[in-house]
Amino acid sequence: MSRVCVLRCETKSVLFQLPKQERLREKWLQFIFQRIPKGYNPRVVLCARHFTDDCFDNLGAFSAGYVKRLSLREGAIPTLFGPFSSTESQPWATLRIERGAKEKKHLLYKTNANGIIAKEPTSLEEELKEIRQNGCNRKLKGPTTIIGHTPTSSEYEMSDIFYFFRRGIESIVDDEVTKCFTAEELESWNLLTRSNYNFQHISTRLTVLWGLGVVIRYGFLLPLRLKCLLSEKVHLMCYRICVRALTAIIMYHHSENKPKNGGICVANHTSPIDVIILASDGCYAMVGQIHGGLMGIIQRSMVKACPHIWFERSEVKDRHLVAKRLSDHVKDKTKLPILIFPEGTCINNTSVMMFKKGSFEIGSTVYPVAIKYDPRFGEAFWNSSKFGMVNYLLRMMSSWAIVCSVWYLPPMTRQEGEDAVHFANRVKAAIARQGGLVDLLWDGGLKREKVKDTFKEEQQKLYSKILVGVHEDRSRS
Amino acid sequence: MGSTNSTLIKIPNVDELIQETGFSTAHIIRLHDRFKELDKERRGYLCPQDFGAIKGLAINPIGDRIIGAFFSPGRETVDFYTFVKILAHFRPADNSRPKESSSPEPINSRTNKLKFVFQMYDIDKDGKISRIDLLKALRSMLEMQVTEEQLDSIVDRTIQEADLDGDDAISFEEFRKSLEKVNIDHKMSIRFLR
Repeated sequence: MSRVCVLRCETKSVLFQLPKQERLREKWLQFIFQRIPKGYNPRVVLCARHFTDDCFDNLGAFSAGYVKRLSLREGAIPTLFGPFSSTESQPWATLRIERGAKEKKHLLYKTNANGIIAKEPTSLEEELKEIRQNGCNRKLKGPTTIIGHTPTSSEYEMSDIFYFFRRGIESIVDDEVTKCFTAEELESWNLLTRSNYNFQHISTRLTVLWGLGVVIRYGFLLPLRLKCLLSEKVHLMCYRICVRALTAIIMYHHSENKPKNGGICVANHTSPIDVIILASDGCYAMVGQIHGGLMGIIQRSMVKACPHIWFERSEVKDRHLVAKRLSDHVKDKTKLPILIFPEGTCINNTSVMMFKKGSFEIGSTVYPVAIKYDPRFGEAFWNSSKFGMVNYLLRMMSSWAIVCSVWYLPPMTRQEGEDAVHFANRVKAAIARQGGLVDLLWDGGLKREKVKDTFKEEQQKLYSKILVGVHEDRSRS
Repeated sequence: MGSTNSTLIKIPNVDELIQETGFSTAHIIRLHDRFKELDKERRGYLCPQDFGAIKGLAINPIGDRIIGAFFSPGRETVDFYTFVKILAHFRPADNSRPKESSSPEPINSRTNKLKFVFQMYDIDKDGKISRIDLLKALRSMLEMQVTEEQLDSIVDRTIQEADLDGDDAISFEEFRKSLEKVNIDHKMSIRFLR
């Protein structure tokens, strides 16, 4: 299929043709050409990125992997523009995702890469076809009733339940969401490894090297770095020293897009070190929750240097208060840009979870930033339920290096008629694309909450369409 | 490796488990980790709510039945041993193992897999899939999307075709026969990556 989106979106996505119905078609043309053109190619296609999430009626099933084709609702009209330029993510980042991913990739939302079990990438329709093709032992009962009856036609079979059963068991053994919150497992060994699960490339030489590394790291590097950390004075300089203390090798891309005063800087969150990394390249006002312990001390000392905005967790619940404080800060053009991590929690740097819409409601320019760590040198992810802050810092400082890339993406603003959620999703998609991360549908709040019933309904709908659609034809004939 | 041995010791009856289920040591450790992940309150056993917390299961139309399969009638908890035994049904069949006539049939044999699925359908556990069982199963897979008449006709047709002895219900043998040609091993297996 050599067709490309008429608006020249470079990266691949699901494509939709113009609707047949006259009035709806006009609306699409209006969107594409800003007018109703006299002559146009009737075969133009638009990619799915121009449609808001509510324009699809099986988005949940599609992103969960039960369906291959994304389908548009009746009367859906494209509203989002772009531009959606191609990514130039680090080759190693994309390679890593591709290595683990299946051959048939879902176009909008990639399915999870490194699982414990081999998950079939086929959809409900394909699987049922396959099961029935093999199992059909029904003789054709007579020429009249079943003209054109093929083994793949859709009548209910007892074996259909296998599909659901297997998917259910697969999710018991291994599921996407829980995976986000545990440190990413690597197939090959990185020079750090503190846990040794069945790595495939272990050899004695490597083990000896690792042992030697332990000695060096704990004996030399660690004490050296502690000393560096204690002697900081000025804001930017102190962050730079922190960066050097962690031996962080940071590559900044597109510095022309660096956040300016009066804007909001939005980034994906993997560890508290994100803050240090970003802050060493520019001054930001921080927004965040007050932590106890070591973090709290650091936060309090930072407030004295610059006007930051700290909240108690209970204050965070009062959304109006938060929004007001943020917008006051933003309106003042002399104040530093605010740094916000809208995922709300640390994610293990393989994917980007749903952004909380709060930061996107304020209505100022948003500067998205994508941060991607190279996992070969240091595991930067902070599993807050497993390790405390000090423990985490210790691990960080005794690792070889933290290597990461920071991409400053061009600023985005909320468009006319776009609500905060869609805006947030747009920014999230841009960050995920740039960093080569998986763009997840799931909410970071799923760390703690339940899932919606609409997903179940979508699956049921799909299955019933397969069964009942043909059934009606049969009863008519 | 040091870490693996210490985990093995913590799992009770691990040798028996390996023998009965046929999982390798590495797989058992992975399942144990998963068990611990699900068992958030560290009680050493799982209850239905722990399963309910799995998102993939919550959106599965027959999620509740799958959860029910783990708990034998009357019990509210499942320990690691039972957990692994049930998951063993989904192990791919290993044709390399020599068939000894004296040893009991492995859990992941075709018959046992079929029996397991049969239990999915036969909720009242009377050994047959009656009309009502089938109706309930279809309803959970389809819910609001079809009318009662359509459901009824699907059930009628299915029973008509599979029921050979005319008792208006599907026994295990009839069930097995109707699925003769389906590649059960492929469809009812989960392959571990490592």
